[in-house]
Amino acid sequence: MPLITYREAIKQALDEEIQHDENVCIMGEEVAQYNGAYKVTEGLWEKYGDKRVIDTPISEAAFSGLAIGASCLGIRPVVEMMFMSFSYVAIDQLFNNASFCRYMSGGLMNVPIVVRGPANGGTNVGATHSHTPENMVANHPGLKVVCPSNAYDAKGLMKTAIRDNDPVFVMENTLLYGEKWEVPEEEYLIELGVANILREGSDLTIVAHGRCAMIALKAAKMLEEQHEISVDLVDLRSIRPLDETTILESVKKTGRALLVEENKPYCGVDAQISHLIQLKAFDYLDAPIHRVSAIDAPQIYAKELEDWQIPNEERIIEGALKCLA
Amino acid sequence: MSAAKKKSNATATKAPSAGDAIDDFQQTPINAGLSREDKCKLYRTILGIRRFEERSLQAYNQGKIGGFLHLYIGQEAVAAGVVSLMEENDHIITAYRDHGHALAVGMSMNECMAEMFGKHTGCSKGKGGSMHFFAPEKNYWGGHGIVAGQTPLGAGLAFALKYKGLKGCCICFLGDGAVNQGSFMETLNLVSLWGIPVVFVIENNGYSMGTSLARSSAEENLAHRADGFDIEWDVCEGHDVFEVREYANRAMSRAREEMKPFLLEIRTYRYRGHSVADANHEKYRTKEEIEEYKKNKDPINVLKEQLVADGSLTEESASKINLEVKTEADAAAKFAEQSPVAPRSEIQTDVYWEVDNDTNNSLKGTYFFND
Ligand SMILES: Cc1ncc(C[n+]2csc(CCOP(=O)(O)OP(=O)(O)O)c2C)c(N)n1
Ligand SMILES: [Mg+2]
Repeated sequence: MPLITYREAIKQALDEEIQHDENVCIMGEEVAQYNGAYKVTEGLWEKYGDKRVIDTPISEAAFSGLAIGASCLGIRPVVEMMFMSFSYVAIDQLFNNASFCRYMSGGLMNVPIVVRGPANGGTNVGATHSHTPENMVANHPGLKVVCPSNAYDAKGLMKTAIRDNDPVFVMENTLLYGEKWEVPEEEYLIELGVANILREGSDLTIVAHGRCAMIALKAAKMLEEQHEISVDLVDLRSIRPLDETTILESVKKTGRALLVEENKPYCGVDAQISHLIQLKAFDYLDAPIHRVSAIDAPQIYAKELEDWQIPNEERIIEGALKCLA
Repeated sequence: MSAAKKKSNATATKAPSAGDAIDDFQQTPINAGLSREDKCKLYRTILGIRRFEERSLQAYNQGKIGGFLHLYIGQEAVAAGVVSLMEENDHIITAYRDHGHALAVGMSMNECMAEMFGKHTGCSKGKGGSMHFFAPEKNYWGGHGIVAGQTPLGAGLAFALKYKGLKGCCICFLGDGAVNQGSFMETLNLVSLWGIPVVFVIENNGYSMGTSLARSSAEENLAHRADGFDIEWDVCEGHDVFEVREYANRAMSRAREEMKPFLLEIRTYRYRGHSVADANHEKYRTKEEIEEYKKNKDPINVLKEQLVADGSLTEESASKINLEVKTEADAAAKFAEQSPVAPRSEIQTDVYWEVDNDTNNSLKGTYFFND
């Protein structure tokens, strides 16, 4: 199986879906002639031209809303946010119109758009460019949100997101764009709402999503080697819909849970997961649930401090040891 | 036209206080061809909107309609005139003052009234309310509650027409207050840049809630803003449905033919408060101002006079239409009253298309998070 980057995997997904459906088009700032701010769309404009790969002015509200309006008539726009942080100027369009038009029309409408782009910190760019809004998106019934942690998932989830008939946010990660994973050449899709067990173990469940799942994977190896703790690692992949079954089965097996995410802790995704576990697996728990999230402050600029602010192997190991204390 | 670089030059446009270049809009080509039946239909639409809203006001005062009720009374000729020009591939979208547009596209009084009553038989099953009427099968895309939030959507509908190679346009209504939203400004630039066949119709009724135009917009000639985006614009009065049709037709034809946006400002007036809850509406404007408009520019009276004069309508046939739409509005209120509220299980339907349609895509994972 070829080893390709996360970036390349997403590009393949976009390329395949442009070919698969004539109504799929890509729009965003610098996506066409400049080849994408992070080169995710590199070469697509050259290959498909102005109709399918469209450069926009810096008007997130206008082009997000335009994508929603176009989707009413069957166009399937994939909107790139240069950073998910910039979607905040389009929140009315995304969180009112994309999420609620179907509901407010009593089911007469649907909005088949994809909103994609990097949603991560750890890049030494300060608070305005480091948002992880998957929790905010998930808080809006009508929206779906996925957070692929690796190239294989990124490709499969992106293709599913584009074919889905509801609005789907795909949260990417600039720190993963250059990392490589094995991705098959044959076409495949990954269903929404299905978590992935990255590692099987018996002492502790770690639930994570996005890049944190990859950090947790490294931490799990260290826990095994240094502390003889065997970790069952659940990578959520999809936040809404959520694979509750896989989470609960794992916790029932291990009796302990550590929840890891890059979100700020208050009202983060893992607050909901923690609630879920206590509600549906209370009798199986041998210890309180612990969480490792971003340290609860605006994203700090200073590199050394930011690397500590967001979850890293050391903080995950510390959290795991608390669960087993 | 010196000040107005891009002002539409199809025919001399009425300057705000100057006299008309055209003194009888009934005689312009788009109107001259109207049959007696067509004209009576316009009258019925305008009158129907009025009677429907009067009946809804009564229901609101009886506590049967909740939330906000933004009445369109006084502005009826705008929606009726513009919608009467819609062709197969034309689409329409508006803000929360949406009853007039909904009835004009042919939504039934029953489904609209029931929606306001929050009933299952409402156009949105009671999930949208007064501000959120939708009828996609009639090319009517709402009904939007956030000021100017519908403007990029209107651009998107028109973008889709262009993408698919269909000849049509999208008419996107907004208020004089909405022009000051950033999303609208962004959208104006985008549609001009990309050549998108959308017609923005500013229904300038002089007020955004309690704020007069002079207190909200630095440049009171709202249509002039189009110049900054290299978009053609025009201005007309909204009380004469034939004038509305004349100007809207120019704008819509241009959008369809040339794949270009257009900004049309239509000067109109609302008689009632911003919403029914706006009890102060005689404080931020004078009673005389309201009475003056009602007396001289009421769209129903103006049209009736025109139609009686040209023999399309008689006092008797006018009364008959009046009685019919009034009866229809009363019946709609009764229908709404007697309709059931949707069952509680409906709270969680119409959220996700894939779930509602029970597709393979919706088989995995939890979509709703109640204990
Ligand atoms: C973003 C936003 N801000 C404020 C409001 C509250 N609001 C509703 S209507 C309105 C006035 C809008 O006036 P205008 O655009 O002139 O339309 P009109 O009501 O006259 O039809 C305001 C302030 C809102 N709905 N959305
Ligand atoms: Mg107004």
